[in-house]
Amino acid sequence: FPGLADVSIAQDIPVEGEITVPVGSQSPDEDYSTLDEPVKDTIMRDLKAVGKKFVHVMYPRKSSALLRDWDLWGPLVLCVSLALMLQGGSADSKDDGGPQFAEVFVIIWFGAVVITLNSKLLGGTISFFQSLCVLGYCVLPLTVAMLVCRLVLLAGAGTVSFIIRLIVVGAMFGWSTLASTAFLADSQPPNRKALVVYPIFLFYFVISWMILTFTPQ
Amino acid sequence: MAAPGAAGGGRSGASAAEWGGFEDNMQVGSGRGRRRAAGPGRVSADAVSAPAQGGGSAVIDMENMDDTSGSSFEDMGEMHQRMKEEEEEEADGEAGAGEEEDGEFLGMKGLRGQLGRQVADQMWQVGKRQASRAFSLYANIDILRPYFDVEPVQVRARLLESMIPVKMINFPQKIAGELYGPLMLVFTLVAILLHGMKTSDTIIREGTLMGTAIGTCFGYWLGVSSFMYFLAYLCNAQITMVQMLSLLGYGLFGHCITLFVTYNIHFHSLFYIFWLVVGGLSTLRMVAVLVSRTVGHTQRLILCGTLAALHMLFLLYLHFAYHKVVEGILDTLEGPNMPPFQRVARDIPVVSNAVLNTTAKAIALTL
Repeated sequence: FPGLADVSIAQDIPVEGEITVPVGSQSPDEDYSTLDEPVKDTIMRDLKAVGKKFVHVMYPRKSSALLRDWDLWGPLVLCVSLALMLQGGSADSKDDGGPQFAEVFVIIWFGAVVITLNSKLLGGTISFFQSLCVLGYCVLPLTVAMLVCRLVLLAGAGTVSFIIRLIVVGAMFGWSTLASTAFLADSQPPNRKALVVYPIFLFYFVISWMILTFTPQ
Repeated sequence: MAAPGAAGGGRSGASAAEWGGFEDNMQVGSGRGRRRAAGPGRVSADAVSAPAQGGGSAVIDMENMDDTSGSSFEDMGEMHQRMKEEEEEEADGEAGAGEEEDGEFLGMKGLRGQLGRQVADQMWQVGKRQASRAFSLYANIDILRPYFDVEPVQVRARLLESMIPVKMINFPQKIAGELYGPLMLVFTLVAILLHGMKTSDTIIREGTLMGTAIGTCFGYWLGVSSFMYFLAYLCNAQITMVQMLSLLGYGLFGHCITLFVTYNIHFHSLFYIFWLVVGGLSTLRMVAVLVSRTVGHTQRLILCGTLAALHMLFLLYLHFAYHKVVEGILDTLEGPNMPPFQRVARDIPVVSNAVLNTTAKAIALTL
């Protein structure tokens, strides 16, 4: 481009302008604004974020929203509700009411931590809390399955109800595994996906088994 | 002159540069020694700029370096005392080492809080650095990374190999020091155990089902591995801890298969067949590998006997301790009337259970 070759400024023309850079006054204002806003706004914003992630889990697409803004509210809510619903399903409900809740809690969180460590050791690029977030959110289909099982068990506990529950829990287990695999397996080297998927499969299998074998007394 | 000067200077100037190292102290001390005439207001500047001057006394008088580090309370007390001394000495009009120290202290009075803060800051930095170094050294999961460097085909091959006893025991067999396969097998065993405990109506009073299952399986894997490693050390076998963990872990594959089958099809004889065949195969493999790495008949006998006994007994224990339903189900099938569901598996409905058992029984009868 010959026209652009000569872009020098003539020596006799004074160069003038403003040197001061306008300070971005937005960030301190933003901090103040999230402090000053009503509590309802804060809660609604968090709830909307959690709700959006639930939608991402139910319709797993390859979006990075779940990974980018991770939060552990959803997993906590799901874990607690699942553990509450799984209570009271033992022979002596007086003795085993307590440990049942602790069992479910420990299984979910300890299992998620182990899977995360495993995927990191296998060379994954995902961070610790992102992985916990994904695994926790993908418990949602199993929580729905638990609700359905409880409703079915209200009607009766026969062979038909068992078959219905088996189908529902099986379908939700597959959905959970697929959803979490869709998010987590991408962060692995391609030939090792099976090594990461197996523990996830085992994890959701144990949870599904606990849901399927639940019979209220 | 230089020594008391250095001592005196080191005493008060040290509180600023105490954590900076002994060289700073020496230089400050020497700087102090040369600037006796400096007024109180310029003490801090001297103390800070003195390190630029080199070549002071190489001996640091430790007993004069008091440790009034960050505590302004101590400084206050000392300062108070020194003020008293200074008043007494002022009457003499003698500019001794004490006065200079007082002068310095008084001069630092306004900055005492800042000095305290500086020192506290430095302490915090040092502590943080040490803690983060220790953390990154010991809690680094990258230590375990090489043991997880496997491909799925390798894992599958090793799983199948764990059931095939090797024939060549004169040559040390290679053991892959990998931890992914064994860890996954232990977790699978935990899951199968959980399933078995739930279906057999095991009630654990103190603790949870999950805790018992995890404790049993991990305890076996880690404990027996350590014990066998210790024995191997005594018997002079060529095996490392990771290899032992890996060998025993892959030996659990046979346990997983056996328990998976026999927790669902409750048959004494079936379990014994599986115990002998599957358990025996994996035991033979482990024993053969160990024999190939040990020299001497007695040592081989000790090692392999212990391993075989522990391995087979563990399978027996897992079956019988967590699986109380066997007699109940057999009674159910023998008798014409179904007794009430007291000891039947509480969550798999009787129908599917009875179907499985009847099928197995029919197959056994036709064979």
